[in-house]
Order: sequence, then C-alpha cells, then structure tokens
Amino acid sequence: MNLYEVLFWLLTVVAIGSALGVILSRNPVSSVLFLIVTFFAVSGHYVLMNAQFLAIVNIIVYAGAIMVLFLFVIMLMNLNADAEPQKNRLVQLAGVLSGGILFLVVLAALKTSSNNLLEQTATDIGLIKNLGMTLFTKFVLPFEISSVLFLSAMIGAVVLGKKGEPQK
Amino acid sequence: MLLLQIDTAIILEKLILASVILLGSLGIAMYATWGERKVAAIMQDRIGPNRAGPLGLLQPLADGGKLFFKEEIIPDSATKFLFILGPALAMLTACMTSAVIPWGPDYVTESGHVVALQVADVNIGILYIFGVVSVGVYGMMLGGWASNNKFSLLSSIRAAAQAVSYELAFGISLVALLMMTGSLSMRDIVEQQHGFWADGYFTWNFFKQPLGFFIFLVCSFAELNRAPFDLAEAESELNMGYHLEYSSMKLGFYLFAEYINLFISSAVLATLYFGGYNFPFMDAVAAAVGPLLFTIISVLVLLTKVIGFILFFMFVRWTLPRFRYDQLMKLGWKSLIPLALFNMLLTGGLILWVFK
Repeated sequence: MNLYEVLFWLLTVVAIGSALGVILSRNPVSSVLFLIVTFFAVSGHYVLMNAQFLAIVNIIVYAGAIMVLFLFVIMLMNLNADAEPQKNRLVQLAGVLSGGILFLVVLAALKTSSNNLLEQTATDIGLIKNLGMTLFTKFVLPFEISSVLFLSAMIGAVVLGKKGEPQK
Repeated sequence: MLLLQIDTAIILEKLILASVILLGSLGIAMYATWGERKVAAIMQDRIGPNRAGPLGLLQPLADGGKLFFKEEIIPDSATKFLFILGPALAMLTACMTSAVIPWGPDYVTESGHVVALQVADVNIGILYIFGVVSVGVYGMMLGGWASNNKFSLLSSIRAAAQAVSYELAFGISLVALLMMTGSLSMRDIVEQQHGFWADGYFTWNFFKQPLGFFIFLVCSFAELNRAPFDLAEAESELNMGYHLEYSSMKLGFYLFAEYINLFISSAVLATLYFGGYNFPFMDAVAAAVGPLLFTIISVLVLLTKVIGFILFFMFVRWTLPRFRYDQLMKLGWKSLIPLALFNMLLTGGLILWVFK
C-alpha cells in the first residue's frame, strides 16, 4: 500500500463511519456534527483527486454555512434524545423499504454506466482553472439557470419572511 | 518510512518552519494581550500592567500561569464531549490559517537549495483561509450550546449569525481582488505587488482596491468578533458570552484563540492589500545585502505591517462604542453587500473595458 491508498482507505472509513453516525445517533446535534465530519472526509477525497477547489468549496458552503444554519435550528428547538417522538412501525418499515429501493436503483445505475473511471492519481480536472473553463463554456446554460434557481429561492424566503408583518 | 515516498528533508524543513510559525504566532498573540491592555490604559489615561517585570512585560506569562493553575469546572448539565471540543476547535482553527501565508521571499542557499518561507503554497490559498475561518464558527457554537446556559447559547448564535452574514460581503470583496490578481495563491498575489511603484502606479493592492480593502477590513472586525462588533461578548446583555461557563485553561484557549486570529487576519490583510513582505526600493536593498539578510529584512517588514494592523484593531476597539445587533445586521446586509457588489461590478467593468 502506498501513501495514496492508505489515505484513501482512511478517508473512506471515516466517511462511511460518520455517515452511519448521522443516522444512528439519537441526539440531533451529534447527527449534525457527524454530518460535518462526513463532509470533511469527502473533501479529503476531493483533495486526493487533486480537486482542491471542489474540496474547499465543499467545506466553505456545506460545513461552513449550511450546517451552521442546521445547528441553529436544532439548537433553538432544543431537541433532546428523550424528547424525540417515537415513530410507529409502519413509518419505519416504509422508510427502510424506500431507502432500500433507492440504494438498489443507484447501484444498478452505477453498475451499467459506461463512464470511464477517473485516473485518480494524475488528473487536474478539478483545479480551479479547468473547472472554470468547463463551467463557462460547456455548461454555461445550466450554470446560469441554477443561478436563477438560487435567486428564486432567495425571493421566496423574503416573501415568506414578510408575510407576518403587521399592517400599519 | 516506506509508506511515505516523499523526501524526508522536505518534511523536516516544513516541520521546522511550521513549528517556528506556530510558536511565533503564539508568542505574538501572547504579547498582543499585553499590548491590548497597554493601549487601553494609554487611551484611558491609566498606566496599565506594570507589576510583573519591566513595563509589565512578564504579565502574559503570569496570566497564562494563573489560567493553568485555576480549578477546572465542567458544569453538571453540560454536554461533556462538546464542552471540551469547543475550545479545542477554536484553538485549532486559529492556528491552522497560518499555513498558507507567505512570510518572506524564497531564500536560496549557496548550494542552490530553495527554502520557501511558506508552509504550503496551495493554489487555492485564499479560499483555504476562508474555509478555515468559516469552520472556526463551530468552536463558538459548540462551546455555547454545550454549556447548557441560555446566555451562552444566545451569544454563540449571535456570533455565528454575525460570522455567516459578514462572510458574504467578505467573499464578494475578495472576488473583486481576485479578478485583478487572476490567482488564488497567496504567493502569486504577493509576488504581483513587488516593490512599491511600477509602470506609473503603486503596486500594492490597497491602491487598486481601496473600496474592497475597506469592506474587507470591516468584515474582518466582524469575523474576529471584536469591538465595535463584539456582540457575542456584550457583557451588559449576556454576562460574558459563549465562554460564560468556562474556567481555567479552556477559557484561556478561547481568549487566546481570539488573539491568534487577530494576528493572522492582520497578516492576511497585510498580504492581500499591503504588499506582504514587499517594501519600497526592495530591489536596491536586495542588491546591496546578502540573501539571508534580505530575507530577514523582508520578514521583519511583513511583521511591522502586521503589528501596525494589530494596533489599528486595538485603537478601534478602544475608541468606538459597540453596535446594536440590528444595526450590525443592517450594516452587513444592506450596506456592505451592495457596496461589495458595486465594487465587484466596477472592477469587472474596468478590467473589461478600460485596462485591457
């Protein structure tokens, strides 16, 4: 095993372990913290693929901003392990079934896909220059459309927030 | 070490460099606490610390010793693991940022070996700092929540909301700078500011991006949780802030991390906008003295700029009153973000049409 493989397996174990922690831990705050650890492990994988920009953006956006908001909500709602409502068996069963089916579909899609595997050790596809070139030439339309999507989400949030304002 | 197929000399070199930088920033942060008390004293017409050693210079050591020997209290209702993780994270993230800052020009030894005075020249240097800063919020949030105290929780939520809000303007003001430099690497950004005057204009980014610098500076105040934006520690409203329940060295970690952050953000400000280790007539100086002396001079120049910024942060803290929370949010969202967007568009337009 060389250094690359050691790191790969280490990160993989951390990622899968903490992802299991997200769903298995009873306390919602520790779930969120496990999710943050998962993001870091995934970012580590990006770094191994020489995609430093993706790695750091993953941390800034998900670990740094979105998970902070998650924590906000959970901390303010004061959810505790003992206050968690017991879900009935039927709902649990439905959850397991739908999750299993999703897993099966993803597995099938991956198995039959004809995508070439990325040569992980020697690629610079994730460096910021190459990524920018691809985004603004080949994928410029989807990129712009997704920015409109963000804008509409923002406007929606403002409209929802203004709703309860008392009339003067 | 069969696993690591890297030159051990490089590892050793980087290890020494990282230790020196770490110890250096700890030392500077230590004396920043002393400096802060002296600055406050002078501004308020007092003498300040003067008992421990000449001019009170041993005061930081005395303070540190005191914190180490105090009783360690963990509240009964606290979440123990997170209670300990909070200050550890705060300290860790504070120390991590120094890795990408170039502290001086490359030093070439006589045998031709190049020693880079920067731990890691990653090509996303500035984003790395941004990422570490955004993760630094967790130190405050976890500490405040794990204490299981309403004041701590409120304070940590204030701190996090403030940090997340100001990160936006922070990022947009950086975008304007990055459009000019065309690189995210801290080393490239510094190299572009070589000397002081070239082609009929200043080379330092401050003179090219005055508005961007202003926005960046205000956001640094907010990210550092320093007055006038120290709402997380508003003692008249929240007793003390997110570290209310902490005692002993865990409290010390929080307080100390703040000063390390102060040092690092001053270094970032100096590097991005004030030329880093560059100084006027540096080529003439480089020709006149040996390479080792030149490197030392450059590092000292950077440190001088950094100390200048630290003093500026302190002067502002002891002159301006604290903002109210709604004023803080209004300033962040309604003034700084539009201003930063305007700056970005202006820079983009100028680059596109005027300075081709």
